[in-house]
Amino acid sequence: MRPCGVFDERYIQDIAIVRTWQHWLALIGALVILYTFPFYGSYYLISLINLLSILIIVILGLQIVMGYCGQISLGQPAFMAVGAYTSAILTATYGISFWIALPLSGLSAGIVGMISGAPSLRIKGFYLAMATLAAHFVIMWIIMHLKITGGIQGLHPPPPQIGNIVLDTEERMYYLIVTMMVISTFAARNLFRSKVGRAFVAINDNDLAAEVMGVNLYYYKLLAFFISCVYAGLGGSLWAHYYMVVHPEQFTFMHAIWYVGMVIIGGMGSIPGVFFGVLFVRLLDEIVLFSSPMLSSLFPWLGPGPGAALGLSAFGMALLLFIIFEPRGLAHRWEVIKESYRLYPFAY
Amino acid sequence: MEENRHPLEVRDLYLRFGGLKALDGVSFHVKDGEILSIIGPNGAGKTCLMNCISGFYKPQQGEIVFEGKQITRMPPYKIAKLGISRTFQNIELYTGLSSLDNLMAARHIHMKRGALSACLFFGLTRREEIEHRKVVEDIIDLLELEPIRKKLVALLPYGQRKRVELGRALAAEPRLILLDEPMTGMNVEEKEDMARFVLDISELKGIPIILVEHDMEVVMDISDRVMVLDFGHKLLEGLPQDVKDNPEVIRAYLGAGEEEEE
Repeated sequence: MRPCGVFDERYIQDIAIVRTWQHWLALIGALVILYTFPFYGSYYLISLINLLSILIIVILGLQIVMGYCGQISLGQPAFMAVGAYTSAILTATYGISFWIALPLSGLSAGIVGMISGAPSLRIKGFYLAMATLAAHFVIMWIIMHLKITGGIQGLHPPPPQIGNIVLDTEERMYYLIVTMMVISTFAARNLFRSKVGRAFVAINDNDLAAEVMGVNLYYYKLLAFFISCVYAGLGGSLWAHYYMVVHPEQFTFMHAIWYVGMVIIGGMGSIPGVFFGVLFVRLLDEIVLFSSPMLSSLFPWLGPGPGAALGLSAFGMALLLFIIFEPRGLAHRWEVIKESYRLYPFAY
Repeated sequence: MEENRHPLEVRDLYLRFGGLKALDGVSFHVKDGEILSIIGPNGAGKTCLMNCISGFYKPQQGEIVFEGKQITRMPPYKIAKLGISRTFQNIELYTGLSSLDNLMAARHIHMKRGALSACLFFGLTRREEIEHRKVVEDIIDLLELEPIRKKLVALLPYGQRKRVELGRALAAEPRLILLDEPMTGMNVEEKEDMARFVLDISELKGIPIILVEHDMEVVMDISDRVMVLDFGHKLLEGLPQDVKDNPEVIRAYLGAGEEEEE
């Protein structure tokens, strides 16, 4: 639905994403706030945005393969781990610069992801979910049992460096992480107004018709897994250098469920949905973090158990409610609000 | 060379599902720029034949030659690239995309920019998008899809979906179109529109069209030739008038009894 009174005279205008001066204002305003934030934001909020941005990169990847291409992947944290470990091994063990390790980690995760996604050529839906789940456990098992990955202890990659500036504080990492997040979003959004993106959606909507219209299913399914896992790998690499530690506990099966939950809550097949999903689940987490100590102090007879379980049950509850009442996620709600705003004061 | 003069040649096609003979030695050809209708009672193998041509079914015997190339056991996406495009009996559109994007998605085989260039978008990919958009807009114009250009296909009524599907088949710029029951379930007006579109396409693009249809009136009106299938056999092939009056065809459709003869 277009803003009222905005007419396009050329196709360039028609396919533009940012189309009115209000859009430009909002976009530039948001970027300015994002990039000046460390000057006035609190330490807590800066570190929160760092974490959110890394998650957004990873979930964008999942959105591409799951939301757009319709191939359920429970392996995203494992692919993230591949990226994180590649980056950590290259920098910590071999002393290679972070700036070379970053793209390589994306590439390695992409290749591992493509191999793990190969079953998608034969199977769909739940069966594919199981196959990627198996991939998750296999990858994590390998990581835990290899010598080079440091096993259960993990690795301690150094912070990235630009010239003489070591990016070892929250504020300094902030710029790197946020820039990566902005670039990834830009790339993902553009992907879905091109041939490749349409092919992904075509496979999701109707693979039979897609094939008859000339889409090579094998190639595009593998490409979806590859791109998705490049995102996961880049996110993983940033994660490793941001926390300066990688160990297997950071990439568990629970995270896989979480990530899938973020995509569902945010809205399948929507780039803004990724932001909504990550924000929502993370906020839920923060709320739980604050309220669970309260729970045990208010009702001491409950013991520490329910407080600890609150996070998981709140997440499970939210996911359930979304699947029942808003299966198309927050992004759909957002579209509805936008549309009614544009139509106001008319009903349709 | 008699053999490769026609755009599509089907020779001795056998397709079996276990003991069931879906196609039993069917041979035919399509001439340049003609509308060939395939008719026959339910279960005669019309859709099976279509599926063989577009590559879904692999016939056990026989060959299909398109413009001199063997396409008998090619995967469907390669056949699409060679220039065969089709619509389905039960509409198979991308329901999550708008009509415009459905048509744009059909330009897939003609677009060259890959994923990396798409991520940057501005420059090469954008230029390509606009180039193809122009082609698609011509088709939207031809099929009168302007008002539903930006509407999600999932929200469109049946008749319009059929039209979008025809548009999608056309957007691939095929050199042969297969239409599988494009007029089923439509009212008279929609049928007339659809018949007009089929004739327009045939006239403007000059491409051969294979039409599977149950509505005899439409078939007899618009086709150049008609082929009749019955239980996987080719019963007859000829001009609409001849087919209409053929006693064998009448028997296949109405049964063997004499009471049908008026």
